[in-house]
Amino acid sequence: MNDRMKIESEVSRSTPSTKEAVLLDLADVRKSYGAREALRGVSLAVGRGEFVALLGPNGAGKSTLFQLLTGLFNADGGRIEVCGHDIRKDPVAALAHIGVVFQQSTLDLDLGVAANLRFHAALHGLGGARARERVADALARLGLTERAGDPVRELSGGNRRKVELARALVHEPAVLLMDEATVGLDPASRRQLLDEVLALRARGVGVLWATHLVDEAEAADRVIVLHRGQILAEGRPQELAAQVGTASLADAFLQMTGGSGERAD
Amino acid sequence: MRLSHAWLALQAIAGREIAKFVRQGGRFASALVRPLLWLVVFAAGFQNVFGVSIIPPYDTYIPYQVYIVPGLLGMVLLFNGMQSSLAMVYDREMGMMRLLLTAPLPRSFLLFAKLLAGTLLSVLQAYVFLVIAWLFGVEVPWSGWLYALPVVVLSGMMLGALGLLLSVQVRQLENFAGTMNFVIFPMFFVSPALYPLWKLEESGAAVVHLVAQWNPFTHAVEAIRFALYGQLAATSLAIVAGCLVAFFTLAVRGYDPQRGMLRRTGGKPA
Repeated sequence: MNDRMKIESEVSRSTPSTKEAVLLDLADVRKSYGAREALRGVSLAVGRGEFVALLGPNGAGKSTLFQLLTGLFNADGGRIEVCGHDIRKDPVAALAHIGVVFQQSTLDLDLGVAANLRFHAALHGLGGARARERVADALARLGLTERAGDPVRELSGGNRRKVELARALVHEPAVLLMDEATVGLDPASRRQLLDEVLALRARGVGVLWATHLVDEAEAADRVIVLHRGQILAEGRPQELAAQVGTASLADAFLQMTGGSGERAD
Repeated sequence: MRLSHAWLALQAIAGREIAKFVRQGGRFASALVRPLLWLVVFAAGFQNVFGVSIIPPYDTYIPYQVYIVPGLLGMVLLFNGMQSSLAMVYDREMGMMRLLLTAPLPRSFLLFAKLLAGTLLSVLQAYVFLVIAWLFGVEVPWSGWLYALPVVVLSGMMLGALGLLLSVQVRQLENFAGTMNFVIFPMFFVSPALYPLWKLEESGAAVVHLVAQWNPFTHAVEAIRFALYGQLAATSLAIVAGCLVAFFTLAVRGYDPQRGMLRRTGGKPA
């Protein structure tokens, strides 16, 4: 059963098919909370240098999926591999290749910008000159060098998110997970953050970007529509609209998900 | 797990814990004022009410102030252990815990690093309290300061591990008041911290006496008391060590992605 689904999803994918190019690989992932099925057999892959948008209304299962991807829970069934490491059997190796920006901020507001990044570097086994170098690079990349010494508390929402992105990149992960990272940002900051992440493709980083905003998904190489714990459609943004027979991705998304988000629990 | 990686992470976690503690100056003050009140006010008032006869490890009649020093050291460790658990609950709600748990290190090690960092602060406070007690003229043998160190560390870890375990169970921050009422106070009062347990037996409170025997805090206090006088309370020490292992193991289980508290509290996918 698992194998059959795997093959089907493999066929429908527009990702590079060579095994090494697949950084993140999910096969038939399932998760229930009591009687409620949050994920009902999700299979997807993110390749090297690919930006994949996981588009779904609130309650679609995006956050559950991210909790599984970061090893906070185990899936009830299926398989999750990061750079060939099974997250369940070898969580440490899998986590070493992942950078995450959580929906909820996880910065220490009392620490400085660089200090937050150094804390993260140490957790990833980077110390001394190497850590300083990586932290400086990450801050420079996002134009935060001048804010390095400022307490995070003094930063705007947009800059805090950038700090979190910089932090997620300190250990040079192969896969970047962004869990509704633009929530609460103004349109300009939102666009800026999206552009920064899109630019990471050139460095070979595979990105899984969860969102419920169609305009963010339009920038993606590939869109995966998740609804009620299942993947409804997958393809390039233009292709999806064509598949459903609507003029735009937004219309396609509304039509597929019944026009409204599921109960936002 | 590379050793250098583990060491870096441990330093970072402990460093953050210490920096936080330094920022909250009030926490240090209240951690010391609490036992000091007992020592200076309570003990002074009760000095002549409790006649403490000669019991091991003491070899002479001792003033009541001297009797309660080990209990108050235990109190410092107990409060700090519980406070660390409060911080864990806070970290969990603020998301810091997620960051920590997604570090590429075994989860048990990350929790152990948290426990060590908290214990470091506990031990520091315990010794500052000893200094203050000494300034107030309540003396324990100088050699005892050294002998007690490993016992204080072990007891601090055991009570910290209990806090860690409670942090798995405590759902919300408000529940810390409940922790005070249902954990800290009973553990402190039903122990030899304030009076020798034979007093309970003598006054016919057999049930309380029995409960006290089962209280891990009892054994922490007794182990510290004997160590301060250069004696080894082997049974108490073994019980403290056993409780440490048990509490920590259960706490780690609580953070297990398969069945742990994250699974239960994380039921909200939004």
